[in-house]
Amino acid sequence: MGSTNSTLLKIPNVEVLMQETGFSPAHIIRLHDRFKALDKEGRGHLCPHDFGAIKELAMNPIGDRIIGAFFSPGKETVDFHTFVKILAHFRPVDKDRPKEPNSPEPINSRSNKLKFAFQLYDQDKDGKISRDELLQVLRAMLGMQVTDEQLESIADRTIQEADLDRDDTISFEEFRKACKHKRFTMFRFCIRPGERKLMLTLCHWSSELQDQHEL
Amino acid sequence: MCETTQAVFTLNYPRIQIPFEITLWVLLASFAKIGFHVYHKITVWVPESCLLISIGLIVGGIMHSLHEKPPAVLTSNAFFLYMLPPIVLDSGYFMPTRPFFENFGTVLWFAVVGTLWNSIGIGISLFAICQIEVFGVQDITLQENFLFASIISAVEPVAVLTVFEDISVHEQLYIVVFGECLFNDAVTVVLYNLFNHVAALEVVEAGDVFLDIGRFFVVGLGGTIFGALFGFVTAFTTRFTGKVREIEPLIIFLYSYLAYLIAELFAISSIMAIVICALTMKYYVEENVSQRSCTTIRHVIKMVGSVSETLIFFFLGVVTITTEHEWNWGYILFALLFALLWRGLGILVLTQIINPFRTIPFNFKDQFGLAYGGLRGAVSFALAFTLPDNIGRKDLFITGTIVVIIFTVFIQGITIRPLLKLMNVRKTNRNQETINDEIHKRLMEHTVAGIEDLCGQWSHYYWKDKFMKFNNRILRKILIRDNHPESSIVALYKKLELQNAMEVLDQMSGDISAAPSLISLHEERKNASKSRKKFLSSDVTNMHELLSKNMYKIRHRTVSYTNKHTLPDDITAREILMRRHTSLRRSLRAGSFHGTNAAKMSQKYFSLPMGRSLNSRFPPRRLVHADGDIESEINYSSIRHPQRVSSKAVMPLRPLNTLKEVASSVNTVDGQNEEQRGCRRSHLGSNVSRSGHLTSHLPHGSSRNCSDGDHDAWVEEPQNNSDVQHPLMRRPHWLPQKPHDK
Repeated sequence: MGSTNSTLLKIPNVEVLMQETGFSPAHIIRLHDRFKALDKEGRGHLCPHDFGAIKELAMNPIGDRIIGAFFSPGKETVDFHTFVKILAHFRPVDKDRPKEPNSPEPINSRSNKLKFAFQLYDQDKDGKISRDELLQVLRAMLGMQVTDEQLESIADRTIQEADLDRDDTISFEEFRKACKHKRFTMFRFCIRPGERKLMLTLCHWSSELQDQHEL
Repeated sequence: MCETTQAVFTLNYPRIQIPFEITLWVLLASFAKIGFHVYHKITVWVPESCLLISIGLIVGGIMHSLHEKPPAVLTSNAFFLYMLPPIVLDSGYFMPTRPFFENFGTVLWFAVVGTLWNSIGIGISLFAICQIEVFGVQDITLQENFLFASIISAVEPVAVLTVFEDISVHEQLYIVVFGECLFNDAVTVVLYNLFNHVAALEVVEAGDVFLDIGRFFVVGLGGTIFGALFGFVTAFTTRFTGKVREIEPLIIFLYSYLAYLIAELFAISSIMAIVICALTMKYYVEENVSQRSCTTIRHVIKMVGSVSETLIFFFLGVVTITTEHEWNWGYILFALLFALLWRGLGILVLTQIINPFRTIPFNFKDQFGLAYGGLRGAVSFALAFTLPDNIGRKDLFITGTIVVIIFTVFIQGITIRPLLKLMNVRKTNRNQETINDEIHKRLMEHTVAGIEDLCGQWSHYYWKDKFMKFNNRILRKILIRDNHPESSIVALYKKLELQNAMEVLDQMSGDISAAPSLISLHEERKNASKSRKKFLSSDVTNMHELLSKNMYKIRHRTVSYTNKHTLPDDITAREILMRRHTSLRRSLRAGSFHGTNAAKMSQKYFSLPMGRSLNSRFPPRRLVHADGDIESEINYSSIRHPQRVSSKAVMPLRPLNTLKEVASSVNTVDGQNEEQRGCRRSHLGSNVSRSGHLTSHLPHGSSRNCSDGDHDAWVEEPQNNSDVQHPLMRRPHWLPQKPHDK
């Protein structure tokens, strides 16, 4: 574990980062490695086409939206802090978090996760999902056999179900209420790492065991 | 003089007999396959193996009644040297590498340990049964029991994969089943040879046993190393086949087969050799060979593999009827029972042991699928059929194997789908979900999958990263011709043959581009009444069905790759990628009227595959007569991939300025023509006709020119990536209809 400390020191403001996001040192290091691997030219920040090089993401129907979520409007680059903060949305929800009234909500809280999902729909960031935005998402997620009329009726039905103030758009509150259905669990909106290999390298092994507590 | 008169019409059957009969059999099997798909519903409910065996049974019945014997084709040599390699190559070549390596431990665990468990368990239980005098099989020794057990424990979960696909089982299970099947074969064959050898011995000493166990590992590892070696050699050879594209597929097949044969020579695991060879070389070979060779290779491998498997099942049916069976109720029924029992037990125990190592553990439904889906298949039958004759109870074993195969294939194969559906349905109750739920849930699942891909897999990243560094630094330089820093999206496009997307675009007229539909919707919406529609419950149900059928599944690629009977289905991939292009096109089109903004906007959408980095050199070039630079890109690509230029004209790179100049100055038409022709001289020949056509429009008035020019401006995007010389960058619907003389 000695090597991990030295890597940690190289990252600026790492304690603040860990506190804000709740990632363990081992996770931060792994994310840092990944960041460095994506940043092929070693500039210290990522641009859209670095993300675009990930093949599986290209095959994702909403891949470009996901990538867009990393870039706040107007910015063309992502530095490591932003990268980690966005990924912090996908940590599993801390079930036993003490409710302190003064502290800000952790990034991986249920409502922040919902905000993230909302942003994937709301591309123009006006706080509402308009019918067009909904149609765009539907078009991205559905195969080509679906006709425009079918799409429209699905979109209409979606808005009808969720839209409570009858303004033909879905605001964040309405979205939140729509997702309150008990079947709908935000616990699933998090990453679960894949299979652990049977042969792990020694330096990662102990951090794995440590992480098992947290995850 | 005694002359034998030449008859006018002679029949010389013996001469062509062997090839003729083989051809007839294969043709018959192919007709059977065609026949199944005529009525789609059959293949949904009944796995193909079932159908093939049934046809075989029918044919066997016919032959039996005619007192014919089936051709003695299925000898040991014929099977091991000719029929097995294609099947295994098929499995190995279409194995999706990334998920496979990520689940490598699990796959090996189930394949090796699972098969061992099954064989030893069944063998011992059967030996115990043999001791009971009632059944009258006391003469079967322990070794022979083990031999039989190893034969019937070879699982072939083909039908299960098809069922799993429909029930959207998660990717991990899919790949485990697929990988298990593959390595299963290898392990079984090794065990078979082992026990065969042991069965021949009169006395077995402990030392022999240990030697054999050691041999087991040597054989397995040796096969792997051998295969990797051959894989690299093949990749290296394809580096030099740039000028002789026609023989590229041949080289691949020859090398794979050679790997198999030489492994057989040294008596190491030939199946492992050929599988690892295919896995290793696929990555490099698909970069080196031309697109057509790539397609050819895949098609041929699929074809020969499926023919081979079809034939074996077919023979199974025929042989069932025509051979003399030795029937022993007790032994065979117990064999069947133990086969099922030990498999179920094995899966249960093994899963419990390995679940802690997995963070997506196998739940009960998965385990059930794994256990119940253990159909026996072609390999088992062939191994039984080719048992050496010194085994006393050979006929009994053959009969037993046939019974096990037929039972599992028919009963389990047909019932697994309804059972899994039942288990699935109990968990989710669809009618309570609203449309909102479905859409949001799917969106979130896609997001999570995307983020997971973005992060890379957690634990494996270390090794994979090391290997990729090694790969990029050393291996790619040696093995790949024209090594470019790899852009995976470009590789993706090549793989999906999007150069031919033009035909697809033409077929799917109207629905592809999101923009027209959105724009038309815009207009409609203004006119549409604001009153809220009433949705009947039947409408809602229809919507649910529509969504469930048409929403893209998560990580579709893995699933589409592992269907054993058809080639990987790339339609989804194409649709997704095409859509990204149209969204990019929209942005580019809007931008092109404003000039430099286009480049910036394209950066935001980055779905344009960029072979080179999207650096700031790009925007200025577009507006400049940078014929030299762009020209060289075209020429370069045309040399590299001459056959990729489709007959439908690939749009030339055309700097915007030139056309605007053309549009503005009508008077100096001739002068402009010259300039145009000069500029276009360097472009691909098929576009000359177009330029000729364009000039003919010029005298028709400047307004027309403007419209043409504008159209041309955004159609003929300067492309910064030589690899993306495909018609996808065109927008077919909005092109002015220009008659091309092709």
